[in-house]
Amino acid sequence: MRPMMSWLPVATDFRADLRTALESPDPTDCLAKLASLARYRLGHLETLQLDRALGRLTTGLGSGFTIVRLAILASSTVDHLSPAIRVAGLRRRLMIDVHIGPYGQYRQDLLDPQSSLHQFAPQLVLFSITARDTLARVPLAATIAEVDATIAQSIDELRLLWRKVRENFNATIIQQTFLDVTESLFGSYDRLVPGAPARVIKQLNDQLSKAAARDGVLLLDVARACERDGIDVWFDTASWLHGKLEIAPEAAPLCGDMIARIVAAQRGLSKKCLVFDLDNTLWGGVIGDDGLEGLVLGEGSAAGEAHLALQRYAKQLKERGVILAVCSKNDPAIAEAAFNEHPEMLLKRSDISAFVANWNDKAENLKAVAACLNIGLDSLVFVDDNPVERARIRQSLPMVAVPELPQDIAHYVRCLADAGYFEAIAFTSEDRQRADQYVANAEREALFELSGNLNDFLRSLQMSVVFGKFTTADLARVTQLFNKTNQFNTTTMRYTAEEVAIFAAAEGTVTLQFRLFDKFGDNGLVSAMILRPDPKQPELFEIDNWVMSCRVFGRELEFEAMNIAVEQARRRGGKAIRADYLPTPKNGVISKLYPSLGFSPLSNKNGSTCWILDLAKYVSRSTHISRSKDVR
Amino acid sequence: MNDQEILDTFTRILRDLLLDDSIVLSMDTRRQDVSNWDSFNYINFMVAVEIEFGVKFKVADIESFENVGAIIAKTKALLG
Repeated sequence: MRPMMSWLPVATDFRADLRTALESPDPTDCLAKLASLARYRLGHLETLQLDRALGRLTTGLGSGFTIVRLAILASSTVDHLSPAIRVAGLRRRLMIDVHIGPYGQYRQDLLDPQSSLHQFAPQLVLFSITARDTLARVPLAATIAEVDATIAQSIDELRLLWRKVRENFNATIIQQTFLDVTESLFGSYDRLVPGAPARVIKQLNDQLSKAAARDGVLLLDVARACERDGIDVWFDTASWLHGKLEIAPEAAPLCGDMIARIVAAQRGLSKKCLVFDLDNTLWGGVIGDDGLEGLVLGEGSAAGEAHLALQRYAKQLKERGVILAVCSKNDPAIAEAAFNEHPEMLLKRSDISAFVANWNDKAENLKAVAACLNIGLDSLVFVDDNPVERARIRQSLPMVAVPELPQDIAHYVRCLADAGYFEAIAFTSEDRQRADQYVANAEREALFELSGNLNDFLRSLQMSVVFGKFTTADLARVTQLFNKTNQFNTTTMRYTAEEVAIFAAAEGTVTLQFRLFDKFGDNGLVSAMILRPDPKQPELFEIDNWVMSCRVFGRELEFEAMNIAVEQARRRGGKAIRADYLPTPKNGVISKLYPSLGFSPLSNKNGSTCWILDLAKYVSRSTHISRSKDVR
Repeated sequence: MNDQEILDTFTRILRDLLLDDSIVLSMDTRRQDVSNWDSFNYINFMVAVEIEFGVKFKVADIESFENVGAIIAKTKALLG
């Protein structure tokens, strides 16, 4: 049987490493050691031990760790999932605080304002409901119409609960799909009987997906995972009988990881870029030795088709917005020639946003890839067939995800897919266009090299900005931008889609989104700002947060955006704008942003600075960006 | 494997599981004699024993073991 979580490397001596971590006198060091242990392939029992060790830590929050509050409302026992969720969070530098209400009382917990759930104030709520209640209401002889009516009733009940969560917490809602743990009654004929349990559950999941899409609810698709891994992995009859566990203890680590992926995605911590080694990874053979003709790639050989399948998967990921890069020990001219000249290459040179081929250390080259794309090292996934290179990167750059690939190239795609590095919580038009935007960026850079002079370059770009308040259509992208942006992010306030919608609707609050166009096309919705009037001094506006995509740094958009913000504030009687800069390990690039925009310092506490802009004195800054009507 | 060897292995498994090296098991130990050995961790312990010894207990056995000695007797029987 395929091991669970096969993409994670096997720990050499978990027992000893855990004890070493616990003996560390320094809690920060202990936490770091536990976090590195969490990156190994752990079974249910090791996960429990690691979680117990984590619980003993007396320290509060380690630097670089984020606390997230997740509540699970369940109709079966899910207590065994909490350790797995916390350990999977640790793997992603998230401290997930898990709340599980009393067994079987999730409705009361939600509806009673005095309940522990309400005190907990979750930021995410996961519904883990079994299909048993619905199944009990469907007689085997039910007609299609009767089955549909019962399913509709069950879904309506769930939607009511979702609405209650919204009303009470503004939390992101995750709904677990229904596991089919039933046995066949009619054999293959099950699918043809409306009231057969297997068919009812399938219908239930279909209707659930529709309702979730309509209500902006995310899914935890254990049903799909179970179809892939097999029911024996996900469900264990003995565990159900002993403790009403619908998810088997052995599946808990995987289930916890799937939950943590969604939490991480919601915080903008999903991976962004897939970096490939070349020889024996993207193609079979060593191009420097075997030459272009000697490569194993494409139709005609099983191994060649397997390498091609990996390229095809990469291309599909690119279409959903994942950036592709190459990091290979090779002669750059020879490596690029394969992309341009090999007839079976599905990936073209233009699909690759950062291409690094040389004889330097791969760790250094991965740093160069991240720098070139203006993203963090923790956004990279590095795919290399060589176990030595993999171990080397894991050791020197632990923040880079390095899947432990199977021996056979045939299973690379499955391994990458199972790892869930690119978990999404939306698919926006920006995602669809991202790859092209990176290619256009390369063209812009080429133009900059041609013109040499910054002013000439900016003028030649023929930029224009389209701006407006947040609309329903922009909600997903604006939320994504607030949560995924780490560099130009003034306060790192993260918002759920629900919170963004509240800002957009709030009386007096100014929300601004900016799209930048230039001669190469639409850069998309690249900046967002929330300006709130001070409740005590309505003429004083405060920037709750302001973010900008790194794609448009150095294009004067921050100046034009502030011009626009000032106009909007003045129009509402504003006299001044106050803004905070809260430093993080990643947003140093904007530490001088507010003084450069003409703000004066108000206070400085441990590097967190507060700034004020007197609107009476503000003179609009001249930029190379014109204003245009919405051209969408 | 004799009783003492199995008892030693059980002790190591429970110490690992509860992260408590002060635990000492004897044939007469009951679950309530060990702090933190709740019903959830009892099941986890049984799963760990099954993995360690390559055996599978019956549902009815798991809920009827009186003490550690009874689990050891059953394990020995399953090992044959």
